[in-house]
Amino acid sequence: MILVLHAHPYPRTSRAGAALLAAIRDLPSLEVRSLYELYPDFDIDVAAEQAALERADVLVVMHPLYWYAVPALLKHWIDSVLFEEWAHAEKDSAKLKGKQCQWVVTTGDEDAYGPGAPSPVLEQIARACGMKWLEPFIVGSAERLSPQDLREKGAALRASLRSHG
Amino acid sequence: MVEALVFLAAAVIVVPVASRLGLGSVLGYLIAGALIGPWGLNFVGDVDATHNLAELGVVLMLFVIGLELDPKRLLAMKNVVFGAGTLQLASSGVVLGGALYALGLGWQAALVGGLALALSSTAIAMQSMTERNELDTPTGRAAFGILLFQDIAAIPLIALVPFLGHVDKAGMTPLWERLALAVAAIAGVIVIGRYLTRPVLRLVAKTDVRELFTAFTLLLVMGIAELMQLAGLSMALGAFLAGVLLAGSEFRHALEGDIEPFKGLLLGLFFISVGMTIDFGLLLNRPGTVALLLAGFLALKIASLWFVAGRISICRDSLLFALLLSQGGEFAFVVFTAAREAKLFSGEWEALLTITVALSMATTPLLLLAHDRFVERKARTDREPDAVTAEGPVIIAGFGRYGQIVGRLLLASDIRAVVLDHDPDQVDTLRKFGYTVFYGDATRLDLLEAAGARKARLLINAIDDVEASLALVDRVRANFPDLVILSRARNLSHYFELRLRGVNVVERETFEAALRTGRAALEHLGNDRFRAKELADVFRHHNIASMEATFPYYQDEGKRLSLARQGREELERQFARDRERFEREHGAKVNGRAD
Repeated sequence: MILVLHAHPYPRTSRAGAALLAAIRDLPSLEVRSLYELYPDFDIDVAAEQAALERADVLVVMHPLYWYAVPALLKHWIDSVLFEEWAHAEKDSAKLKGKQCQWVVTTGDEDAYGPGAPSPVLEQIARACGMKWLEPFIVGSAERLSPQDLREKGAALRASLRSHG
Repeated sequence: MVEALVFLAAAVIVVPVASRLGLGSVLGYLIAGALIGPWGLNFVGDVDATHNLAELGVVLMLFVIGLELDPKRLLAMKNVVFGAGTLQLASSGVVLGGALYALGLGWQAALVGGLALALSSTAIAMQSMTERNELDTPTGRAAFGILLFQDIAAIPLIALVPFLGHVDKAGMTPLWERLALAVAAIAGVIVIGRYLTRPVLRLVAKTDVRELFTAFTLLLVMGIAELMQLAGLSMALGAFLAGVLLAGSEFRHALEGDIEPFKGLLLGLFFISVGMTIDFGLLLNRPGTVALLLAGFLALKIASLWFVAGRISICRDSLLFALLLSQGGEFAFVVFTAAREAKLFSGEWEALLTITVALSMATTPLLLLAHDRFVERKARTDREPDAVTAEGPVIIAGFGRYGQIVGRLLLASDIRAVVLDHDPDQVDTLRKFGYTVFYGDATRLDLLEAAGARKARLLINAIDDVEASLALVDRVRANFPDLVILSRARNLSHYFELRLRGVNVVERETFEAALRTGRAALEHLGNDRFRAKELADVFRHHNIASMEATFPYYQDEGKRLSLARQGREELERQFARDRERFEREHGAKVNGRAD
C-alpha cells in the first residue's frame, strides 16, 4: 500500500505535481491525500491521518520546495500528526517503524536543492520515526520542463514506486 | 373558441412530429397552418383576424430581444446595423429588382418588389437562431443587426409605395406630418420606457398580486405597439425599443418571465397564420412557375447575402448567415398588397410573389437542415465562443443578510452573479449601492429560466424562508438537475430536508458564527489563540460527522436522540484524549520552563 501525501497550496496551478500524480495515480493500492484540498483551513483530522499512515507500507511525501523547506501545511501536519508517543522510533507504540519513505520534491530552480544544499528536514524526521529513507526523487526547474520531460519524469517515478511498493 | 381549439390541437399534434423529424418547430407550425388553412381542411374562417392577433407574437418577441440586449452592445452594433444593413438592402434589392424587371415588370414595380423581397423574416430567422443557440455568436449577431435595419427600413418602403404608384395623392397626409408623427411616437416610447415604467412597475410589484404584474407588462407592450401603429411605424420596432430601455432595470427578469409564455404561443400562432396564407390552389395550377420563382428568388437572395456577409467583419460563417436570412419577410406581404392597391402589380403578380415569400419561409428550416448535414460541421469544441451572455455563472436566490455576504465576496472576486430577491424595497436599496439585483420570486420556473439557470454553474440558495427555500430546491432539482446548489440552512431539520433533496453543500447559518464565539470565549479564558482554533476545529469535525451519522434516522426521533447522546459522550471522550495528549506534548515543556 502506497500513501502519497501531496502538499501543494494550489494544486490546479502545479504542472509538475499534476504530471507526476497523473503518472502514478492508477498504480494498484495507492492512496493520494492532497493536504491543501483536505484541510484548506489547517484543521487537520489527526485520527484520519494516522489511520492512513498505519495502512501504508510506502509513504510518498510530495511537495514543491519553498525556501529550502516544506509548505506550511505539511509542516503543520508533521507537528500535529507525528506526535511523539505515536511516531518516535524509541517509543514502544511507534507506528511507522520499518515503513519506507520516498521524498518527491519539485523545485523552480535547478540549484535550489542539489549536492551541497542542506539535507532535507524530512530525512531526519523519517529516520527518527524508524523509516527507511529512499533515494530522493528530485524534479529540478519544474516550471521550465516540457510536457515530454514531465512525462519522462512521471514514468521514472512510477517505475521507482513499483520497485518499492 | 372552436378556432382556439383548432389552433392548439394543430400545434400540439404537428409541431412535436416535426421536431421529432428534426425539421424544427417553425416548419411544424407552418405545416400545421397549411393543414388547417383555407386551402387545407379550411377550419379557420377569418385568416386576416388571426394574422393580426398573431402579429403580437412578433411584437412580444422583439420586446424580449430588446430586454435581453444590453444598450452598450446595441451601440457597439451600430456599424453592422446601418453600414451592413444598407449594403444588404441595396445589393439584394438591386439583384432581385433587376430580375423582376427582366421578367417584364415596370421599373417602379421592380424597385418596390425587389426591395420588399430583400427583407427577411425577423420571426423565422430569430426563432431558427434561438433553436440553434446561434443568437449569441458573432454570426448570429451580424444576422440580427441586418434584421434590425430591415425593420427600420420597411416603414419608409411601405410609405413609398403609393408615391410610386398610380393613386390619387391629394387625400394623403403630407410627408412632413407623417415624419413629425413618427418622431413624436418614438419620443413617447422613450419617455414611457425610461421614466414612467419603472416607478409604475415598482408600485405594481408592491401590491404583491402576481397577475397584476403580468397584466401591466402586456398592457405596456401592447400599448406601445398601438402607439407605433397609430404613427405609422413598425409595432415590433417600438416594442424592441421599449425592451432595450427596460433592459437595465431590476424588473428585467420578471418582465421576461411574464411575457415568455404569451410570446411563445402567439409566435406559434404567427407561423400558423403564415402557413394558412400559402395558396395551394395557385401552387397546384402553376407548379412550374411557382417552383421556378422560388428557386430563382432563393438563389439570388442567398448569393447577394453571401456577398454581404464577406464584408461584415464579425460574420464568420457566410453561408450560414445567408441561409438564416434567405427567406422573404412578413413586411413583403404588406408591401405586395399596397403595391396592388397602388396599381403597381397585377393581382396575379401579387399572388405569385406572396406564395414565393411564404414558401421561402418554409424552406429556411430545410436549408439549415441541409447545411448541417452536408457542410462539414465543426466539432462542438471549436464552436465560436459565446459572446458575453446576459447571465452570470452564479445565481444567488435571496439577497438578505446571508446572500449579501456571499454575493459581495463573489463580486469582489470579479465573478458575475445574477441576484434574485422578492422584496421591492430591498431591491431598490441594493440598486442604489450599485448591485445588479432583479426583482422576482426565485421559486418561479420562468424566472429561473430567465436568470439563466440552464447555463449557470452554481445556485446559491440564501432564501430565509424555509418553505420557499425547499420549494426552490425542488424546482431546480426537477428542471435543472445539473445545477449545483449551495444552500443556507435555517436550522437542523431544514439542514436534513436539504440533504434529503441531494443538495451538495449545506451550511447552517448560525454554526460558524457560534463556533467563533466559542473560540473567543476559550481565548478569554486563557487559552492560546491557536489552541482555541484547534479545539473549535475538533468540535466542528465531530459535530458534522455525528450530524451526518444521524441523517438516515432524522425522522425517527427516539433513535436520533439516543444517537445524539452517544455523540455527546464520544465528543467528551475525544476532548479528554486530546487534552491528555496536548498536556503530554506541550504542557510539560511549558511547566518545565524556568521562566
